[in-house]
Amino acid sequence: MIQLEGIEKVYRTERIETVALTNINMNVGEGEFISIMGPSGSGKSTLLNVIGLLDVPTGGKVALNSKPVTSYSDRNLARVRNEEIGFVFQTFHLINDLNVVDNVEIPLLYRKGISSGERRKLALRALDRVGLHARVHHFPGQLSGGQQQRVAIARAIVGNPRILLADEPTGNLDSQMGDEIMDVLRGLNENEKTTVVMVTHDPRQAEKTERVVRLFDGRQVS
Amino acid sequence: MKKALAYARATDTCVSPKSFFSCFFVLFVDEVFMLKNYLKIAFKVLLRRKFFTFISLFAISFTLIILMVATALFDNVFAPQPPEDKADRSLYVMGIRLQGPESQSTGPAGYVFLERYVRTLPNVEKVSIYTTPNVVYSFWKGGKIKSFLKRTDGEFWQIMGFRFLEGGPFTAEDEKSANFVAVINEATRRKFFGDEPAVGKMIEADGQQFRVVGVVGNVPIFRINPFADIWVPISTSKTNAYKSQLLRGEFQAAILAKSSADLPGIKSEFESRLPGVEFPDKREFNTAIGGADTMFEFASRMMIPSQQMESQPRKLLAIIISLMVLFMILPTVNLININVSRILERASEIGVRKAFGASSWTLVGQFVTENVLLTLIGGVLGFFGSQFVLKLIADSGLIPYAEFHLNYRFFVYGLLTALFFGLFSGVYPAWKMSRLHPVQALKGAGGSR
Ligand SMILES: Nc1ncnc2c1ncn2[C@@H]1O[C@H](COP(=O)(O)OP(=O)(O)O)[C@@H](O)[C@H]1O
Ligand SMILES: [Mg+2]
Repeated sequence: MIQLEGIEKVYRTERIETVALTNINMNVGEGEFISIMGPSGSGKSTLLNVIGLLDVPTGGKVALNSKPVTSYSDRNLARVRNEEIGFVFQTFHLINDLNVVDNVEIPLLYRKGISSGERRKLALRALDRVGLHARVHHFPGQLSGGQQQRVAIARAIVGNPRILLADEPTGNLDSQMGDEIMDVLRGLNENEKTTVVMVTHDPRQAEKTERVVRLFDGRQVS
Repeated sequence: MKKALAYARATDTCVSPKSFFSCFFVLFVDEVFMLKNYLKIAFKVLLRRKFFTFISLFAISFTLIILMVATALFDNVFAPQPPEDKADRSLYVMGIRLQGPESQSTGPAGYVFLERYVRTLPNVEKVSIYTTPNVVYSFWKGGKIKSFLKRTDGEFWQIMGFRFLEGGPFTAEDEKSANFVAVINEATRRKFFGDEPAVGKMIEADGQQFRVVGVVGNVPIFRINPFADIWVPISTSKTNAYKSQLLRGEFQAAILAKSSADLPGIKSEFESRLPGVEFPDKREFNTAIGGADTMFEFASRMMIPSQQMESQPRKLLAIIISLMVLFMILPTVNLININVSRILERASEIGVRKAFGASSWTLVGQFVTENVLLTLIGGVLGFFGSQFVLKLIADSGLIPYAEFHLNYRFFVYGLLTALFFGLFSGVYPAWKMSRLHPVQALKGAGGSR
């Protein structure tokens, strides 16, 4: 459903030019569970952001459902992100001023025609799906790291996106909590046919996915 | 319309420039529908950021309170309200300045001057001449009562719309025959008679006996022209000396025009008479400067220094308005400052919202809504705050007989200004925030633990 063709990403600051990605070709198909691996600084996050339409490559083509994304306006890109894509970040990025349910409701706020009652219902259901039943009125600061990441996943899936992008979702968690989060992601992929693309350092976790894309110095090595 | 909206959204018409207008329309309507959500988020954010909310609310409502108290004081002096209910077609000769080779003299005019150059003005409805209020004492039942006494003609009561609690005014006839009659205010009636009716009773003031013919409500001291405690005919003065006060003296005049359109003509007629003023001794004084003014023009004459004591109401108004705007800018700058400095703090939130489908427009809408909501709450607090402060001032008795009214017109102006600044102080930071690249925003934030 997402096709990348000859993707390049070059960061230009005043003095230095950093090549983050060169000639990446990949296809994310419906229902896949892909992991992206590589050493730090090899361009994993950059690639994930390009896939998630958060970042624009400096070269190459990104197509969504075989339609080039360059034809989308800022507004329509926002809508695609809202309806089709869910993000999970290494550092959770929950909004500290909002409690757990309000955080989970965020993607639905940017969707038309959903009543507040419905929003609440969907948010609670998403929290249920990630195994977080209690503490829904707590604020993020009052939760453990694993719980915060569950909230973040609930937020990512509340709008029933077709693809879930996770950037080192277990990177800030101890291995037990990390395994729990992996189980949640695998469950979503198996039971709900959600496409998952995950960046990880951990070969043990990568093994559990269907396909591994390896990056080295911005280049695709497998 | 629903159909048109759905069509526009479904076909992504925004990308084609020829349908820019309909796209903009869709965008706008969408934003209106989003408003409810923005409000909800804004409320939650404001409630959580108590300190920020408190500081901002304080700044906004404090500014509004100062503004409202200032305008209430202003109205107390200048607005057409009883007894000067006809102030919009009235002019006053509050004083004159005499200049000579070696000296000058500024102050109220003499009786003769006003009779000669003001009383005779053509095309006016009425002219009244009266003294400035004098402090007098009454010895009454073994005590001493202090009052302000003003001597007036009969026309005074026709130009000023006093509210009579008992009896009525004295007349031009009383003035002509030097009848010892008096109108007193409510506070004076209480001092002399408790709250008993006073009409027909005698009072003593400054060693003279007057029969009370009327009692009026108290007039605030800021109303320089009508203000007094006791009003009596000019002709009851102890001596006839006032009849030979030529140029300077203790008198002022009020001119009531038939309509406000006549005011400029009356002003220029009076000014054209000044060069022809007769001076008894030209070695002492040879020039008279002055004018027939509204109270605001008079204030501008007194407050803005100028060689010829000119009336510069526009300049005074400009000064006042710029001071007010300057004053309003302070909380705005404060808000902008806080908002901008919060950009970094909220970078993560911006990144998250963008990642989850907020367009830049949506974010601008949301941040602006936050600020406007804050401003409106500040406005409501300011409204009640100013009523409270005005009541405090009135009750303190600092300003005798002061009656303050919240000027609703100015409150609306104040609120609109606050709203404008609320929008303004929201838009710039919001624009800056929405420009943040989502990836950058998320990176810069460094997590949320
Ligand atoms: N905003 C940026 N400006 C300049 N260089 C950047 C920026 N973001 C990332 N880079 C560089 O791009 C390369 C790839 O970064 P990234 O995708 O974050 O790697 P990874 O996620 O694999 O650690 C790195 O060399 C990094 O320094
Ligand atoms: Mg990374």
